[in-house]
Amino acid sequence: MTTKPAFSVLLMPLFFAVGCNESEVMSLPGDPAKGKMAIAAYGCGSCHAIPGILGANGRTGPPLERIAERTYLAGVLPNTPEQMMRWIRIPEAIDPLTAMPNMDVSVNDARDITAYLYTLK
Amino acid sequence: MIPGTRSRAIVILGAGIATLLSGCSGSQSALNPAGSAADLIARLWWPTLVVASLVTMLVLALLLVAIFRAHKKGAALPLSARQSRNLVIACGIILPLAATIPFALSSFSIGREIDAPLPDGALTVEVVGKLWWWEVHYLDETGGRIATTANEIHIPVNEPVRFLLKSDNVIHSFWVPNLQGKTDMMPGRTNVTSVTANQPGIYRGQCAEYCGTQHALMAFLLVAEEPEAFEAWLEGQRQPAMEPATAQEMLGREVFLNEDCADCHAIRGTSAEGQDGPDLTHIASRRTLAAATTPNRIGHLGGWITDPQHIKPGNQMPSTELSPANLQALLSYLGSLE
Ligand code: HEC
Ligand code: HEC
Ligand SMILES: [Cu+2]
Repeated sequence: MTTKPAFSVLLMPLFFAVGCNESEVMSLPGDPAKGKMAIAAYGCGSCHAIPGILGANGRTGPPLERIAERTYLAGVLPNTPEQMMRWIRIPEAIDPLTAMPNMDVSVNDARDITAYLYTLK
Repeated sequence: MIPGTRSRAIVILGAGIATLLSGCSGSQSALNPAGSAADLIARLWWPTLVVASLVTMLVLALLLVAIFRAHKKGAALPLSARQSRNLVIACGIILPLAATIPFALSSFSIGREIDAPLPDGALTVEVVGKLWWWEVHYLDETGGRIATTANEIHIPVNEPVRFLLKSDNVIHSFWVPNLQGKTDMMPGRTNVTSVTANQPGIYRGQCAEYCGTQHALMAFLLVAEEPEAFEAWLEGQRQPAMEPATAQEMLGREVFLNEDCADCHAIRGTSAEGQDGPDLTHIASRRTLAAATTPNRIGHLGGWITDPQHIKPGNQMPSTELSPANLQALLSYLGSLE
């Protein structure tokens, strides 16, 4: 049974990589409070029902309730903060058939919006 | 009284008053005047409040005196006939007249001042109350239309502006509390009001006469700006719509013209000449959508076009089923109409 430790050693870099990934997420901390304001300003609520945002009860897009726990975003992207930011900024480039418009969301705003959406568990 | 209760009561009372008074500031308040007419009205309003409060307190005090004196046996001496007559004359005739005549006179003279005719060359804006939005025409000296827009009115500061107020449906009322007094818009009549803004700013106006389901969401913005900025704005509104600059915008215009949009909306410079909805020639230059219901951002515009009945239930725009690609193109086109 000498293969086992060797196997674990082989796995080590993978764990590190996962750790790296996580620290990268940590290096992108958005501010959920600012995200809330950005969501109201860009008008996401005219198409989405979003818990915690006043008047956000649109029906054109899917409700974003518990979006943090969804496996895929828009059915096409893995649900990670990076992918969430990409979707918010360039939905039409990711899914050319989508009805969600490009709203010229800035990187910082997308980061804050993502931080807020991930509080929806 | 438990120690602390009184100070707590004072804090609560103070907070209550502060909340009430906070309604006095802001962009839709008659008590925060930024125009001559509103200024006169506010100057009448404050003394009215003071005198009416004093009268109320006086009456309540007298009532309390009467109640407590009735309990003291033998204390109530009947008045003689002469005393009662004098009391009625003093408190029933002289005091009420003294309290109301000054207000009637000053209200009358303020009314005359507000209604004073404007100089001949004054800028004239015609506003038509619709269900549930505002159509706005800028008129030249002969009454011809210089430009048409909706839900956002610009005027130069420190200049009297004449407003011709109309309706082609039910009664509405035109009211920008910071600038002027309510003026009704009656079908078949033209009411005139004048507005002079003394401070640049963006003020909110609101329909002040119940006119149906979406009366509450029938608002508009009045932008008072420096004369040069105003002239530049009016010149922009006078122009026909911008030509599409990209293929996407070009497609958006096609979509607009081929869908039902053009039956209800006009975009000057194109074949869209519908009259049932707001003129969209310079929609991207406006700050809000659907009579100040939402800010004018792409997100809100997308939500409005795909589901207007959800955002403003009962309004007169139906939702249009568009393919997502056509929606994207339409949004690009409308977003380019500065
Ligand atoms: C014009 C309507 C519209 C607007 C405005 C809009 N969206 Fe969307 N959104 C959609 C539609 C439609 C979908 C579904 C897209 C798909 O599955 O291709 C969607 C999908 C999403 C998703 C993925 C949801 C899921 O269940 O996987 C997220 C997250 C999202 N939008 C966030 C936003 C944010 C944040 C904004 C504001 C910056 C916004 N949306 C504005 C229409 C809109
Ligand atoms: C049956 C007539 C009708 C049709 C068809 C129609 N609209 Fe409208 N539209 C209206 C009316 C009426 C309003 C004003 C609603 C309100 O504020 O109460 C309006 C409001 C708007 C506004 C907001 C304008 C402003 O000044 O705030 C936009 C933008 C708009 N429509 C775009 C469109 C587009 C794009 C289409 C086609 C996809 C369309 N409309 C189809 C009647 C129509
Ligand atoms: Cu009304």
